Amino acid sequence: MATAAETIALPAESDSDSGIWSWITTVDHKRIGTLYAITGFIFFLVGGFEALLIRAQLAVPNGTVIDASLFNQLFGVHALTMIFLAVMPMGAGFFNYMIPLMIGARDVAFPRLNALSYWIFLFGALLLSSSFLFGGAPDSGWFAYAPLTSEQFSPGHNMDFYVLGILMLGVSSMAAALNFAVTIINMRAPGMTMMRLPVFVWMTLVISFLLILALPPLTVALLQLLFDRHYTTHFLDPNGGGDPLLWQHLFWTFGHPEVYVLILPAMGIVSETLPVFSKKPLFGYRAIVFSGMAIGFLGWAVWAHHMYTTGLGPVQRSIFAGTTMTIGIPTGIKIFNWLATMYGGSIRFTTSMYFAVAFLATFTIGGISGVMHASPPIDTQQQDTYWIVAHIHYVLMGGAVMGIFSGIYYWFPKMTGRFLDEGLGKLHFWLFFIGINMTFFPMHFLGTAGMPRRIYTYDSGLGWDFWNMFATIGSLVITVALLVFILNFFRSMRTEQNAPNNPWDAPGLEWATTSPPPEHDFDVIPEVRDRDPLWYDRDNGHTPAEPVSGTHIHLPPPSYYPILMALGTLLLAVGPMTHLAITALGIPVIIYSIWGWALEPTD
Amino acid sequence: MAAAAQIEHHASSTGTDNRKLLMWIFLGSECLFFGSLLATYLIFKGEPTTATNDHGLLMIPANILDIPITSQSTFVLLMSSLTMVLAVYGAQTNRLKMMKLWLLATMLLGLVFLGYQVFEFTTFGNEGLNLSTNQFGASFFMLTGFHGAHVGIGVLYLGSLLLASFRRSGLGPEAGVHVELAGLYWHFVDIVWIVLFTVIYLIPA
Repeated sequence: MATAAETIALPAESDSDSGIWSWITTVDHKRIGTLYAITGFIFFLVGGFEALLIRAQLAVPNGTVIDASLFNQLFGVHALTMIFLAVMPMGAGFFNYMIPLMIGARDVAFPRLNALSYWIFLFGALLLSSSFLFGGAPDSGWFAYAPLTSEQFSPGHNMDFYVLGILMLGVSSMAAALNFAVTIINMRAPGMTMMRLPVFVWMTLVISFLLILALPPLTVALLQLLFDRHYTTHFLDPNGGGDPLLWQHLFWTFGHPEVYVLILPAMGIVSETLPVFSKKPLFGYRAIVFSGMAIGFLGWAVWAHHMYTTGLGPVQRSIFAGTTMTIGIPTGIKIFNWLATMYGGSIRFTTSMYFAVAFLATFTIGGISGVMHASPPIDTQQQDTYWIVAHIHYVLMGGAVMGIFSGIYYWFPKMTGRFLDEGLGKLHFWLFFIGINMTFFPMHFLGTAGMPRRIYTYDSGLGWDFWNMFATIGSLVITVALLVFILNFFRSMRTEQNAPNNPWDAPGLEWATTSPPPEHDFDVIPEVRDRDPLWYDRDNGHTPAEPVSGTHIHLPPPSYYPILMALGTLLLAVGPMTHLAITALGIPVIIYSIWGWALEPTD
Repeated sequence: MAAAAQIEHHASSTGTDNRKLLMWIFLGSECLFFGSLLATYLIFKGEPTTATNDHGLLMIPANILDIPITSQSTFVLLMSSLTMVLAVYGAQTNRLKMMKLWLLATMLLGLVFLGYQVFEFTTFGNEGLNLSTNQFGASFFMLTGFHGAHVGIGVLYLGSLLLASFRRSGLGPEAGVHVELAGLYWHFVDIVWIVLFTVIYLIPA
């Protein structure tokens, strides 16, 4: 089957399409996915560097590496960078690259809208990060509680960068989420029914709807903050009759679905890699899919568990404790199904598999600590301590990032035609695994010992010295792990493109085409006969259809309107903190781009 | 084969056009947007306020809102849904003159609604209610202001379609879909207004 596909393979990319302009105007989902992934990884390193500075400051009592003001900026921007500029875009990189391939489509439903998402994301990310150069970065944490963010307490432009940067990133995520929802619902190959979709695709669909519905409350909260700061309202200002808790409700209505946006891609990825490297179909496919939906659904009913200590009242706290603990059920179902997938399989311990198995362990630790502070009395103890920092890093580093690395080692041959070195990969894995546990496990002890989060220094003699130093050493181990990964990446990029179509003997449609795939993805749109199409075809002797000679494959032409419209959006966003004339300038740019976009021929 | 590729390009797994599906899901998102703004309005509704204007009039909805005037603008906006339906019908049955006429009518009705809103905002401002007066002022202007912005974008949308329809190629073979998409958006904005008018104007404090 593989040989048949190879004989008809077309060149992956024509040579004329590799200039800068071709990347700026590209509407190819694979190139946009690559842009997302690389940008996301660069910001992952930036966020990591910020974390290193934080750990350096906290390594010893009364540290003097950075001052309090810079520390406040760093912990705020570290979180924003990791969440909005690193983990979400790395996930989006996989969505972009893989979803059309996995459902047997030639592109996403709206290729130019896809390019627009990326460019608005990039400009929003640069706007947010440029705050360090223009007078100070957001310094109120990523959840930016009112009234600390009001003009009275945050007089500089710090929080303006926060409001306007996140608004832009929200527009980008919204466009991407709408695009993926439509793509998954509407662009499936013949025979690819909803219950045959790969779990990664299902999780992307759930994430898309989470974002589509969760971003508007955040947008409203940000607009209220913007109006409070610049246009005389008092929505969040208690002195003017406002309610600071309004911010918390709106923010966490977004914020809790958002954490599922971060973790569900990793759950989708390990649902792809565990079966492949266990040589068994995924155990309990339906249970995993419906659990994913249940997590997405319940994610809406738990936001107030971030607010137990705000005086909600016992009834409300009991309800939210109940709903929060309920989320442990679908999550547990997934974990047991993944374990059952491995049980009795012939397991191949590739680097991707290492990361997937470690994901199960470390994510479970983070999940369990999460269920613990779902209980209001326990949470009252743990609120704002390092325990929470430990929890969030176990689910994000031990969960989301672990899953993303599993996906990188798994899909790298498909995306580049090259393999990452398994030896260096395993070194990367062990250093990373040891590093995150060294860094984040002691934070449980620190939190239990009462160390508050977000303090820029502490006195000795509080019992916090040893574990802080230990965690800082752990963060250096993570740094070495990432350097090994980067070395592996560059070494691999200099090797020959010799990856076959389906090096892992995987069942998904993305492995039916060449590595890397041609610009049009598939010579012939594949027909899907089973949930694991390539395994089914192999076992039942189906060979892919030959392309009819002279077939015209329609591909959308490149367009510069997406980047132009993203520039207009940037002007719109820069206005409120400089001069509204700039906003006024952005509007005609956007209208011109939309008109050009609408009238541009796409055939 | 080119024809076959065309068909493949426009085929969809559910039979619904991609663009229509996108618009429906987007409108779902918009529900949450207006829902959050409306929730903010309701949270602050009935909060005691001491803010008065120069004549000592308390700045509460009962003293500010002019239901007869806004009923007129509500009627205008509701009628625009009717003209929008006629424009969609014209586009789908290839009666292009009819389509252009009713697109223009819908646009004008939208502009009249916006005119009413400008008048209303100016009047309220003169009476002493603005964004900073109290929570009623802030949440009222924010909520109805963003609705007005949606109507304004709708007017631009319809105007763009109208302009494009005068090109030699008109709106192309898919005119029906293009106008229907605008129609979905327009009806949604109208429905939002029905909710806002009921909650803000008709239900007493």
